[in-house]
Amino acid sequence: MDNLRQKAKELLESKTVNLVIGYENGTNGKARAVFITDPEKTGKLIYDERCKQNLAVYLNKHEVKHYGKIAIVAPLMVMRSILVLVSECQVKKENIVALGIGEDGSLLDFPSLEVVEKYVAKIPLGNPQSDQEILDKLNAMTMEQRRAFWQNELERCFKCYACRAACPMCYCLRCTVECNQPQWISAPAHPLGNLEWHMLRTMHLTGRCVSCGDCGRACPLNIPIHLLTMQQAEEAFHMFGVRAGTSMKAESALSTYKPDDKENFIL
Amino acid sequence: MEQFEPKLVAFVCNWCTYAGADLTGTSRIKYATNVRIIRFPCTGRIDFMLISKAFANGADGVIVSGCHPNDCHYTSGNFHARRRWMSFNAMLTFMGIDPDRIIFSWVSAAEGAKWADVVNQSVEQIRKLGPFTEYQKLVQSGIEEENFNG
Repeated sequence: MDNLRQKAKELLESKTVNLVIGYENGTNGKARAVFITDPEKTGKLIYDERCKQNLAVYLNKHEVKHYGKIAIVAPLMVMRSILVLVSECQVKKENIVALGIGEDGSLLDFPSLEVVEKYVAKIPLGNPQSDQEILDKLNAMTMEQRRAFWQNELERCFKCYACRAACPMCYCLRCTVECNQPQWISAPAHPLGNLEWHMLRTMHLTGRCVSCGDCGRACPLNIPIHLLTMQQAEEAFHMFGVRAGTSMKAESALSTYKPDDKENFIL
Repeated sequence: MEQFEPKLVAFVCNWCTYAGADLTGTSRIKYATNVRIIRFPCTGRIDFMLISKAFANGADGVIVSGCHPNDCHYTSGNFHARRRWMSFNAMLTFMGIDPDRIIFSWVSAAEGAKWADVVNQSVEQIRKLGPFTEYQKLVQSGIEEENFNG
């Protein structure tokens, strides 16, 4: 942690970056995001197992972008999110300094995002084990059981869109749910509109989700919506062989194609 | 008992399947009348939201059809569409919504007979599955309760 604070202080003092995004101690023993511009305040930075939020969600906000060069505390999920955002031309790679955090919590030295790419390439990627176990259970159910499961879960959704706000990839300025000419998704929290909203979110994140699970953590009703995008992340890998957030050049699964993509259901 | 006549919506591309369906007509091939055809510029334009809208508006089944791979008028529209359908199919299966209610096919402008087959087969398939009551229940939910309370 001292290394992290020291590095952040150096970056701010040398004016290499104008802002450091990281975690600090919040209320109720929780960790929260902190935005530091003053090198003297880098002592606030922490990193431990409570730091689960995907900080990359802030990178695309204009309030943050206006600082120019930014350093960001980056465990694996944040590194991958940065790579997706760069590949989708949402942030400039020269404006981001990743303060990488290894799996053991140590500070990694990343002089550029190219080095981040190389680091990510060496790590076996996939869903967190606990989530994958639930996915396997769901996949073993019958279609009816799964429908009952999701209907029961999604019925509780009251469309606060916290899942959308928490996701670094959900950055559209005009989201389809706000579109009312035509109204694609009914505005009130209604079982049909809820299902349509979660289908929309899942489809739009197919091949772009980095399995950070922040949508599920953001949900005030604890609906396990992260399972939907995580399942699609696995499907995209099995069907198209691509994982989101592995390269700055990669195109997402649905924005590209191969002439010999294999399917078995088209007549 | 009268047999169930399902309502099908067909989203077809302008360049292949729509012309193919036209050929079915000019060849005087008879096929099931349960289908309402909607013409699109390309299968690449067929958003999954359109499919869910069709179901919400009372369709029991949906046919999506366009040019064969490598025959797209816009070169790659159907390749993109294919990936989207593969993902959509996987997602529906995971969410427990029967993907058998959506029939995907490639029908070229020369395959008038194939279009008739696709429609006839689809109608039979949806007839066996019966009306899409699960989805209609979702559409109706809340509405009945209000009437009941009022």
